[in-house]
Amino acid sequence: MAALKAGTRLKSAVCSSELMLIVAPERDVVLTCGGAPVIDLGAEAAADAALDPEQKQGTLMGKRYTNEAGDVEILCTKPGEGGLAVDGTALEVKGAKPLPSSD
Amino acid sequence: MMLLEMAAGAYGERVAFQNGEETLTFQELFAAAGVLAESLDDGRTRHLAMIDESSLALPISLFGASWAGIPFAPLNYRLTDSELDRLIAQLHPGRLITDPARAARLGEKIRSADGDSFVEVGSCAALMDTVRAEGATSRDPAWAMDPEDTAVLLFTSGTTGAPKAAVLRQKHLVSYVLGTVEFMSAAEDDVSLNCVPPYHIAGMAAIASSVYSGRRVVQLPNFSAESWLETARTQKITHAFVVPTMLARIIDALEGQPSADLPSLRALSYGGGKMPRAVIEKAMDLFPDCDFTNAYGLTETSSTISLLGPREHRDAVESEDEAVRQRIVSVGQPLPTIEVSIRDVHDGHELPAGEAGLIYVRGEQVSGEYRGQGSLLDEDGWFNTRDGGFLDEEGYLFLKGRMDDVIVRGGENMSPGEIEDVLLTHEVVADAAVVGVPDEQWGEAISAVIVLKPDTTASVDELQQWVKDRLRSSRTPERIEFWSELPYNETGKLLRRKVREALREGG
Repeated sequence: MAALKAGTRLKSAVCSSELMLIVAPERDVVLTCGGAPVIDLGAEAAADAALDPEQKQGTLMGKRYTNEAGDVEILCTKPGEGGLAVDGTALEVKGAKPLPSSD
Repeated sequence: MMLLEMAAGAYGERVAFQNGEETLTFQELFAAAGVLAESLDDGRTRHLAMIDESSLALPISLFGASWAGIPFAPLNYRLTDSELDRLIAQLHPGRLITDPARAARLGEKIRSADGDSFVEVGSCAALMDTVRAEGATSRDPAWAMDPEDTAVLLFTSGTTGAPKAAVLRQKHLVSYVLGTVEFMSAAEDDVSLNCVPPYHIAGMAAIASSVYSGRRVVQLPNFSAESWLETARTQKITHAFVVPTMLARIIDALEGQPSADLPSLRALSYGGGKMPRAVIEKAMDLFPDCDFTNAYGLTETSSTISLLGPREHRDAVESEDEAVRQRIVSVGQPLPTIEVSIRDVHDGHELPAGEAGLIYVRGEQVSGEYRGQGSLLDEDGWFNTRDGGFLDEEGYLFLKGRMDDVIVRGGENMSPGEIEDVLLTHEVVADAAVVGVPDEQWGEAISAVIVLKPDTTASVDELQQWVKDRLRSSRTPERIEFWSELPYNETGKLLRRKVREALREGG
């Protein structure tokens, strides 16, 4: 797909996951969900795309996913069964320290 | 906007905002914002301004503008018409939402403008009618967020006295919310009471945070201690944010009572000015089951950057260790997403723990940008808050007041220069200095020192009225003294520090 840009809305081609790119990498990467490259939110998924049973870690709404390098950060805006990966490496949930409410 | 869409999808039926008897669910808010966004997308509107107290139209406007990709500018409704005219002049072409009386008053002037400098005027009530109309068209839900879009413009008086607009982009607010709030973390019966005016950063931050956590917000447009206590009781409020002046008044209103008797209230946070130690300690006495949190932040940092949490409040009261006890007057530790550095006022080198200097901060939520001035961040991304302070050995941040001369009275920033300018227009005034002096109720009170022209006289009342007629009551000096001359340094700079010291010594 075209160069990734922060703020872009994406979805999984093989599950119900919807995503927003928070931090976009400055290099070419392949972002996958459930083993298949993610597509633009408005795009139609290919009919033969199937969820890779090895990549069913799932996405959780409101969680941010990031890679070790920290140059990719994705917000899950709708959950799904597939797991997120960049160039084949699974992304990790970005831990948020629980804070007391300040507003 | 993304945040609201998620909220509407996950818990759309929950009530998001409540004002008196009126309510908006998350789904209704989302739909209303979509209708507003569609109407703003007319190819010419570039700003959405609002001059009004908190109402249900406020969150609709904030999210509607975001969805349309234009800045939302909540203006201070306490400003005079001429002050507001100056701000509106910076928001052309745009649309202004305000109350009918003001709309009628301002409308004449504004509608006479044309071309690229138009401002359309409408009222909150009209906006509500539009977004609730049958068959109103909403914006296409397939939209992309541009992180660089300006989400909010907040005018601050700043140091020079000329109003300037702090720019908060989508990326700053989203970073703040994602970094500090867990999605859908609020329990169903969580309710927060919002009494901060819309034009304050805390008011904007509260809307975004509450939507993302799924917590219902009850708006209290006109704060009084009595209405706050009454609303907290009847609405079973669980969370609230107040500025120190408000908390002091709530405590006064509870005079003679052993406790506040608000069993549902679990968390009370405060910020927006220096909290007197006596006030917070008394508050902890009156609200024994309540978690207290002190939040420190600036407009330019998208609200909170440092927090003193409930445990630290209790420790400070219970501890024998003076260092721990002292922390009650600190603003706690920086958020995990924020770095703080204390730097020397003169040469900018980083100072060790315990030494006071200028507070610099860095983080994704830090904007440090003013319209027309660009970013004030240095090349490494650090922002000079112009607040003075130090970090203790454990990393607790203590504030030492503004390094420049802005007076913070009751959470409202004001520039002494603006008040001095007005005083100097009085025919008997030869020279004037305005400074803030510590005040239990307001944080700082405004004091003026006047040098009269030879062989003239003026009463304190007369000069106070002079300022009140031209600015507004909150900018009227509480105290006025007459001196034979003011202290200046060799380069002709007024030594405000000496004025402040003399006033303090004089009691």
